[in-house]
Amino acid sequence: MTARQRRWMFLAAAAGLVAFYLWGLVRLPGFGHYPGPYGDIINRVAEGQTRATGVVSAVNFEYRGFDTVGEEFILFSAALGVSTVLRRLRDEAEIPAGADAPALESPAPSEAVRQSALLFTGPIVVMGWYLASHAQTSPSGGFQGGVVLATAFILIYLAGQYLVFERFSPVSATEAVGAVGAGGFAAIGLSAVFLGLPYLSNFLPKGSVPGAVSSSGTIALISFFVGVEVAAAFVLIVGELLEQTLLIRRTG
Amino acid sequence: MTAVAASPYLVPSGLMDVLQVTVLVLVAVTATAVALTRAPVRQVVVLSVYGLLLAVLFLAFQAPDVSLSELTVGAVGLPALLLLGLAKMRERGK
Repeated sequence: MTARQRRWMFLAAAAGLVAFYLWGLVRLPGFGHYPGPYGDIINRVAEGQTRATGVVSAVNFEYRGFDTVGEEFILFSAALGVSTVLRRLRDEAEIPAGADAPALESPAPSEAVRQSALLFTGPIVVMGWYLASHAQTSPSGGFQGGVVLATAFILIYLAGQYLVFERFSPVSATEAVGAVGAGGFAAIGLSAVFLGLPYLSNFLPKGSVPGAVSSSGTIALISFFVGVEVAAAFVLIVGELLEQTLLIRRTG
Repeated sequence: MTAVAASPYLVPSGLMDVLQVTVLVLVAVTATAVALTRAPVRQVVVLSVYGLLLAVLFLAFQAPDVSLSELTVGAVGLPALLLLGLAKMRERGK
């Protein structure tokens, strides 16, 4: 195919795409005009039913909690996949810790990077826990909190070295924490089944004050477990990549 | 909800439109910049800025939850993973 033919083919395809796109746009409801009933219904009933003022969390961890279990296991499987793909292969060797290993030391972070990383690590940990534990009260939740927590570990790596990062998050411990988080979510769902309720029913006392930190029963608890799982999965993925980059060398 | 309408933090809708259009244009420009940046390391940095702008976009469209996720995943997580991958490739190339 010549360049000229290719260009015509592209133009024809692009014209078709634009036509279909515009056709689709015409049938969309006006900007800001939500036509469906579900959002309005949820907005009306969620606070009374779940005592959670963070309605997005109420939807994520209760109304469609079963979907969220699936989503959580997507991340879990991704972390599992990364650690399987990035394992040490037969023709690769790990640089022994403590040995003459220039790759571990270089490039040394600048003093400015180290200081800012150290400065932010503490507040980031607080922020992460705050987000993960306040899903029921405000726009936040386990996923956001977990990723923010994982960022603290990246800062530790930036402030120090890979070896410090590894001491803070040994792979086996991180894997175990991740499994507890993922399993905890599923276990909360199963606990409801053992109590004779549908899977993931909110069986805990919801409290009387909407938006209190202790309110909303299982929503807060599930958010906590999701936070733990997401943080562990993220740290595991970053850790495996760091190990691959810094420690593992091809010998063959 | 009525509680929202009574909020003292409510921005006049005209101003909100200006903000939303501005951020949308910025996102479009930055997305093009990401595609047009050739050097991989620079592209990752531009991608991180793009992630940050997307977070602002989600905030301007009243989705603070999504904004928080985008902030951590798009502006920090993804660039960090890509930089590690690039470092590994450079190591291989030696």
